[in-house]
Amino acid sequence: MSRKRDRKPASNAAVSRRDFLKGAGVAVSGGLIAGEHAAAAPPDAKTPILGPGAVPVTLRINGKPQKLNIEPRVTLLDALRNYLDITGAKKVCDRATCGACTVILDGKPVYACNVLAIEAQGKDIQTIEGLATGGKLHPVSAAFVEHDAQQCGFCTPGFVMAVKAFLDRHPTPSMEDVEKGLGGNLCRCGTYAGIRHAALDAAKALKGGKAHA
Amino acid sequence: MPKCKYDWPEAGQRKLIGKRFNRVDGPAKSSGQAKYSYDVNRPGMLYGKIVGSPYAHAKIKSIDTAEAEKLPGVKVHIIQNVGQEIFWAGDEILIVAAPTEEVARDAARRVKIEFDVLPHLVHEEDLSKVGDRGKPTAEQKSGDPAAAFNAPDTVISEGFYGSQVITHCCLEAHGQVTEWSDQNLQVWASTQNVSGIPGEFAQALNVPATNVRVLTPNMGGGFGSKFGADRWGTECAKFSREVGKPIKLMLERDGELMVAGARPSHFAKVRVAAKKDGTITAWESESWSTGGPQGSGMPPIPYVLTGIPNQVKRHTSVATNIGPARAWRAPNHPQAAVLTICALDDLAAKLNMGPMEFFDKNAGLTGDRGAVYRQELKKAAELSEWKKLWHPRGDKTPGHVKRGLGVSIHTWGGRGHNSKCNVTINPDGSVEVALGSQDLGTGTRTIIAIAAAETFGLQIPDIKVNIGDSAFPPSGASGGSTTVGGVSTATRRGTTDALDQLFAAVAPSLGATPEQLEAVDGKIQVKGDSSKSLTWKQACAKLGLKPIKVQGANPGPCNLGSSGVGGAQVADVSVDTETGIVKINKMVAVQDCGLILDMKTAESQCYGALIMGITYSLFEEKVMDHATGRMLNPNMEFYKLAGIGDIGELVVHMMTGPGYDERGVIGLGEPPVISPGAAISNAVANAIGARVPTIPITPDKVLAAVAKGGIA
Repeated sequence: MSRKRDRKPASNAAVSRRDFLKGAGVAVSGGLIAGEHAAAAPPDAKTPILGPGAVPVTLRINGKPQKLNIEPRVTLLDALRNYLDITGAKKVCDRATCGACTVILDGKPVYACNVLAIEAQGKDIQTIEGLATGGKLHPVSAAFVEHDAQQCGFCTPGFVMAVKAFLDRHPTPSMEDVEKGLGGNLCRCGTYAGIRHAALDAAKALKGGKAHA
Repeated sequence: MPKCKYDWPEAGQRKLIGKRFNRVDGPAKSSGQAKYSYDVNRPGMLYGKIVGSPYAHAKIKSIDTAEAEKLPGVKVHIIQNVGQEIFWAGDEILIVAAPTEEVARDAARRVKIEFDVLPHLVHEEDLSKVGDRGKPTAEQKSGDPAAAFNAPDTVISEGFYGSQVITHCCLEAHGQVTEWSDQNLQVWASTQNVSGIPGEFAQALNVPATNVRVLTPNMGGGFGSKFGADRWGTECAKFSREVGKPIKLMLERDGELMVAGARPSHFAKVRVAAKKDGTITAWESESWSTGGPQGSGMPPIPYVLTGIPNQVKRHTSVATNIGPARAWRAPNHPQAAVLTICALDDLAAKLNMGPMEFFDKNAGLTGDRGAVYRQELKKAAELSEWKKLWHPRGDKTPGHVKRGLGVSIHTWGGRGHNSKCNVTINPDGSVEVALGSQDLGTGTRTIIAIAAAETFGLQIPDIKVNIGDSAFPPSGASGGSTTVGGVSTATRRGTTDALDQLFAAVAPSLGATPEQLEAVDGKIQVKGDSSKSLTWKQACAKLGLKPIKVQGANPGPCNLGSSGVGGAQVADVSVDTETGIVKINKMVAVQDCGLILDMKTAESQCYGALIMGITYSLFEEKVMDHATGRMLNPNMEFYKLAGIGDIGELVVHMMTGPGYDERGVIGLGEPPVISPGAAISNAVANAIGARVPTIPITPDKVLAAVAKGGIA
């Protein structure tokens, strides 16, 4: 049914909040809620327990390592926005529904509100800020401009990142593929008509040798 | 008759107006560079969190913030104190602030507030259960409805129709960052009203309005819910002053959906009558609605076909504890369209008339724009393949998926608001237009640039447009489709006067009088003699050291805009009678709005309106819990917005050319969002042969309608 929104390609790289809450087996995050989970699943003796105080964290964002001292519970989204002033990813639903905070983690799109910053260590974090090269718009961003696939623009950075990641995996999508593959992002102004065309056109532009990294 | 001094160019003379341009702030938005109030981080800034009431109706008994204040750096600011009565869940009682968002959340959780709980009402669909919360308003009557309903050879249709309460669900939550410097307050606010809210802050903070500056470089959606400073805004500023630090206070998503605005419901029992030839003769309605504690007045019914000769209308306003209403894109019109156009569609079915024919026949009841509606209905029929696809009520083809078509019409005003603007032509040739307007995502910067570039014979990138700052000349709030008409006409007047001054400055060097000059293709030249010309830059250099500075205004001399538009829409849906799921195959929007400045962003308004319309017709609803009085779905998982796969094919056709362009600029934001509810409801009725009485048309309601008398 139309409400069955396909999630974006499975984000195995990131720990979803749901998986996270299952507790056991999630190595790094085990200690975060140790107090709450101790009874259900005692943390592995080998698992380092972090927090609850601030811990040093290094995030590789758009190729550049950034050092932070944050509580382990800080999400990747809050780390970007509140601690690094990297604000392209937007906070909207803050619970992995709307996609406005989409970033690309080791090549896969994730909801940054649903990934802990400590969990993103050692991974390549690409944000909308890292998309343009040499002052030139990325073909996906350019296609959004050309098809007016944006109004207020608050969902736009997340959507651009979702389209980018989608096209990396599906370089020759059909309209139906686009509608399924981008079901994990929501817009309130109603820019989907432009986004559908932007995604298809960006696919062509990227194949035409104008591809960026 | 000589042309008025200020006018839009004739069709053949337009270089830019009406063509297709990308929005000028598109690259900033699509590359993540565009900054919103939510993105503003200031040195030493605290993060604020609201602690609201968990009860829909209660009195505050005690407030204990001691545990919260034990956390490092936590500050507390009380908004509503002990003894105060709360009228909706989520209403803000206090703000906590901390150096990090994490600690602010912890602090909010540690606040203990006790309440005396009072009785609440959060449902009004069944009027018999609202008790003394329902307040009847005066009956309105015209003509002789009793006689009309009783006239011989009259066909009468009677039904119940309604529209749910929805929220605005702006993606950028309401809120602001406030910062004091000495006695001056700077506010980065997510607002539709940059020029209007400084006065509200000044009054609440008891400082001169000159000390308040509001900045809104970009804003992430308002849809009518962001006109005021809001109590969380002024209290955030007070809190900021108390603690001597900037504070960012944006509503959490649940707060955004619970307290930051609701579109009133509207329900009605409607009786309509027509002669056997389809001429509508009478309307009777018993309507009721809620917009929260203030209730809600009667919607504008009968909608569009206001000329129905015999009418009687009664309305009951129901005060509830669902949270306060705010203007929602085209206030009360989408609901009025559902009540009216669905009732009339049922009447057409009873008459065995096709709705296209029926509305065409009765288009005269819309007032003096009947001919326009006829043209628009014809175009909508053509683009939706109505003749081929429409069938009488109930899709008789085999299978459980039934297809149907429905139509609706709508109207809106859209006259330009009051606006001033500063136009500057610098000696180096650079041009600026600055005004205290804002871009809600409609393309405000773009249409200002088009209006200015058209006057000066320049291109869009040659114009620097500065908006989103209350330090600029005042411009109206962006609401009611008033912005494009206000800012473009002020800009046209201002740039025309500025150009006159430039002509006066350069005329001697071209050996001509100012009246003989024109600005075309980046040049100032003698009319019809391109050999006597200066480039724009050369011409501006003649200004020496003194820039031209002119203020433009709307309203002003000469008519550059007007009011009153129409539109027709067709929905083409498939309904699965086994699951109840409605799928949009196609939506067609035919819309007029006078002179269109940028065809691309104009069409975007219509596409967006169709998608918002699909959302409120099929998916979204502020679902309230009778037992607790709280909203059950204050999140985006269960407050459902349409996704990219839910919208089908969208077709937009703008009515332009003679008869439309000479009306001048008229706003477009509201009108196309009005018809989807009625059109989709009518399409579903056409498919399954029964009316789903209320929107959103959810699977449970579809199955109930099928069971009650549709085609199974």
